[in-house]
Amino acid sequence: MSTEQQVLDRIERARRRRPVVREERITLAHGSGGRATQTLVQAVFLDAFRNPLLEPLEDGATLRLGAGEEGVRVNLAFTTDSYVVSPLFFPGGDIGDLAVNGTVNDLAMCGARPRYLSAGFILEEGLPVEDLRRIAASMAAAAAAAEVEIVTGDTKVVQRGRADGCYITTTGVGIIERPVTLSSAAARPGDAVLVSGPIGAHGAAVMLARGDFDIEAAIVSDTAPLHGVVAGLLDALPGGRVRTLRDATRGGVATVLNEVAAASNVAVVLEEAAIPVRPEVTGVCELLGLDPLYVACEGRFVAVVDGDHATRALDALRAHPLGEQAAIIGTVAPEPAAMVLLRTAVGGTRVVEILVGDPLPRIC
Amino acid sequence: MRFVDEYRDADRARALAAGIAARCRPGRTYAFMEVCGGHTHTIYKHGLEDHLPPEVSLVHGPGCPVCVIPMGRVDDATHIAGQPGVIMTSFGDLLRVPGGTGSFLGAKAAGADIRMVYSPLDALKIAKENPDRRVVFMAIGFETTAPSTAMTVLRAAAEGVPNFSVFCNHVMIIPAIKAILDSPDLRLDGFIGPGHVSAVIGCEPYAFIARDYRKPLVVAGFEPVDILTSVHMLLGQLAEGRCEVENQYARVVPWQGNPVALEAIGRVMRLRPHFEWRGLGFIAHSALAMAEEYAAFDAERVFDLPGIRVADPRSCQCGEVLKGVLKPWECKVFGTACTPETPIGTCMVSSEGACAAYYNFGRFTRDRTRGPAGEREVSRA
Amino acid sequence: MCLGIPGELVGPAGGHDDLALVEVSGVRRRVNIGLLEGQELNPGDWVLVHVGFALSKISEDEAQAVLAYLEGLGQPYEDEIDALRASDIT
Repeated sequence: MSTEQQVLDRIERARRRRPVVREERITLAHGSGGRATQTLVQAVFLDAFRNPLLEPLEDGATLRLGAGEEGVRVNLAFTTDSYVVSPLFFPGGDIGDLAVNGTVNDLAMCGARPRYLSAGFILEEGLPVEDLRRIAASMAAAAAAAEVEIVTGDTKVVQRGRADGCYITTTGVGIIERPVTLSSAAARPGDAVLVSGPIGAHGAAVMLARGDFDIEAAIVSDTAPLHGVVAGLLDALPGGRVRTLRDATRGGVATVLNEVAAASNVAVVLEEAAIPVRPEVTGVCELLGLDPLYVACEGRFVAVVDGDHATRALDALRAHPLGEQAAIIGTVAPEPAAMVLLRTAVGGTRVVEILVGDPLPRIC
Repeated sequence: MRFVDEYRDADRARALAAGIAARCRPGRTYAFMEVCGGHTHTIYKHGLEDHLPPEVSLVHGPGCPVCVIPMGRVDDATHIAGQPGVIMTSFGDLLRVPGGTGSFLGAKAAGADIRMVYSPLDALKIAKENPDRRVVFMAIGFETTAPSTAMTVLRAAAEGVPNFSVFCNHVMIIPAIKAILDSPDLRLDGFIGPGHVSAVIGCEPYAFIARDYRKPLVVAGFEPVDILTSVHMLLGQLAEGRCEVENQYARVVPWQGNPVALEAIGRVMRLRPHFEWRGLGFIAHSALAMAEEYAAFDAERVFDLPGIRVADPRSCQCGEVLKGVLKPWECKVFGTACTPETPIGTCMVSSEGACAAYYNFGRFTRDRTRGPAGEREVSRA
Repeated sequence: MCLGIPGELVGPAGGHDDLALVEVSGVRRRVNIGLLEGQELNPGDWVLVHVGFALSKISEDEAQAVLAYLEGLGQPYEDEIDALRASDIT
C-alpha cells in the first residue's frame, strides 16, 4: 500500500471515531449548527439520552402511537426548538413569528400537519412590555397562518444582563396523515435535489439588522411556514418518492446536504448556476466574504426526490406561493460517498464542506 | 455583478483551459506558486484546478495573513483582550486561529470582550462610543490592509481618540517571496502575483524576481478568468524564453501602486528589524510596527505584553509544504498529531491551507484523478 | 489574501468628507475614499473596496483589455480548442 493511501486510510479511521468535545467551555461555534454543534449533540446529548427515536437526529421525532389491529393508530411528529435572535425585530419578521414558523417547519419536514404548539418565554428584566406585546401578536398571526394553536406555555424572568431581551422555546406536535418514510438516510443515487426558493435571506437580513457592518440593503427574512408547500409536494409525489425533507436553517443548505450525504452514504452533486440566490444576498456575501450556501434560511427547505419525478416535484413546489422560485439544484450520486460536491459556474468541481464554526466575515 | 460575472464565465474559462493545455510542452511539468491566500481561495471556491492540465500544478503560498501569524502574537493579543476594560476588535478571520494558549473564540468564551469588525474604522467607532473602555484593533494583513489601519490611526490622532490603539501585525509580501526564492530546494517555475497587495505597492517591487532569480511573475486578479489568464501568460513567458513582471490585473493595479496608501503606511508605521512567520521562521524586515510618533496608539507600548515566543513544533514541516518541496501527506505529523481540529502548523490552520484542504478533500482529489463518473473529462471538454 | 470587491460609487455619504456611498449588487455601504485622494471620482465610477476603504479606482479600459486578451488570441485559440477536442475523441 502506498504511503499516501496509508495516510488517507488513517484519516478515514479518525473521521469515524466517536466525536469528542475538546473544548473546556462552550463557544459560539457550538451553536452555529455546523460541525461543532454536531459534535456537541452527539458527544454530550446523544450519549446521555440515546434511544432509537432520537438516534437519527432528524428535525423532529416520529412517534407511532396506538397498538393492535383494532386500535387507533396515530403517527405524531414531535419537535422542539429555542429561538435566540438579536435583534428581536428585523426586516421581514421578529423572534415571535420565527419561533412559530421554525417549529412548524420542523414538523413539516417530518411530513406532518402541524397542530399544537407550546411556548416558553425567558424574559430579561427591563424588556419593554410593548415589545413583548408585539412579539405575542406576531406569534398569534404566525400561528393563525400556519393553522396551529398555542395551547400551553411558561414564563420566566431573569435578571437584567442574564438574557438578551427575550428567548422563546416552542415545542410542536403534528399529525402525519400520509404514509411517508422521510429520512435523511433515504437519499439514493439518481435522486434529484431541490430547494424551495432563494437561499440565505434570513441570515443576511439578521446580520445587517445587527448594524455591525454598516451595510444597507433591501433584504427581508424569508421566515415562513412551509407545511403548505410541503403538503403540495407530498401529494404530487406519493409512495416514498420524496426521500428527504430538511429545512435549511443554521449552517445553511451546505450543512443540511452534508448531513444527508453522510446519513445516506451517497454523494450530493450540486450545480452552482442552478442555486437561487437573490442579488442583494449575493452582494452582502461578496462584501463580507461569506458563502450563501452556509447562510441560514427560515422559510426554505431542501427536498431529495426520486430523480424520475424531479420535474413533477418542481412543478408542485412552484405551484405554491412560497415555492415560486424553487429549483432543481443537483443530483445524488454513489461516489464519493458522504460528500457534497459543487459543479461551479465556471466549470470546475469543489467539495462543499460542512460548516465549521460560525460563518465569519473575512477579509482574506 | 459587474467586473465579477464576466470573469467567471465558463466559456472563457474553457477557452483558456484549452490555451493553457496547448502551451504545455510535452513531457514537461510546471509549478506556479500563487503567493496570495485570496488566490488560493478562488482556486478552491471555483474548482479551478479542473481547468488545468496535469502538467500544471499550483503551489499554495504563504500569503494568508491569518495562517502566518505566529502563535506568540495570538497569545499576546489574547492577553491584551483579557485586561480590565479592554474591548478587542478583530476581523472574523482571526477568531478561530489558535495561539499557544487558545484562540480569540476561546478567550471570548472565558469572558473577554472580543468583537468582530468589518473595517478598522468600525473599531475606531467602537472606541468613540465607549470612552471609558480601552479599544484595541488587532491589525493583521499584508500591504493591502496596512493602509486602512494607517488611515484609521491618522483619523484617531486627528480626532483625538485616546482610548484607541492598534496591535500591529502587518506583514510584507516581498520578504516572504524572497525567503521562498532563497530556499535551496525550490521547485517553482513562476509566480502568480498578489493583485490587491500590488494595488498598493505596484509592480516595480517584483522586478528582482525576474531579474535576479529568473522567475516570471504575473500580477493577477481574483476571479477565475484572471487566474487562468495569468497561468496562460506565465506559460507564454516560459515558451518564449522571457522572464518578466507582467500585470494581468491592470484594471485595479496601476504599475506604480497607490502613492497615497504608501505614504499613509510610511507616516504611521515603521519596518521591524525582523518578524516571525508561522512555518517560515524569522524573516528580516518583513513586518510593520507602529511608528514612534504614534506610540500613543501602539498597543505594544500601551500594554505590557508577555511576548513569549511559541516555537513552531519541530516535527512540523509547513515550511517545506509552503515551498512546494513536500506534499502535505509526506509531512511526519500530517493526519496524526496535526489535524484540522488540532492544527500544529500554519498549513492546517485555515481551511484553505494546503494541509487542511488535503485532509478534508484528499479522498476526493485522489478519486478524481482516477476519473469518477467521467466528470473530469466533462469539465475539460 | 485581501478580499476586495468592485463597487459603484453612488454619491457622497454625508458626515465626513472622506466617506462615499458604494453599491455592490444592490447593497450599499459607506466606504472611506481617503486612499484615492487626488483622483477624480464621480458617481458611476467603480472602485475596489477592501475593509471599508476604496483601495483603487477601476479602469474600464483595462477591464476590457483582459477580455480582449482572450479574443485577441482569436483563430489560434479556436484551433487549440479543436485540436484538444480531436485528441479527446481518439
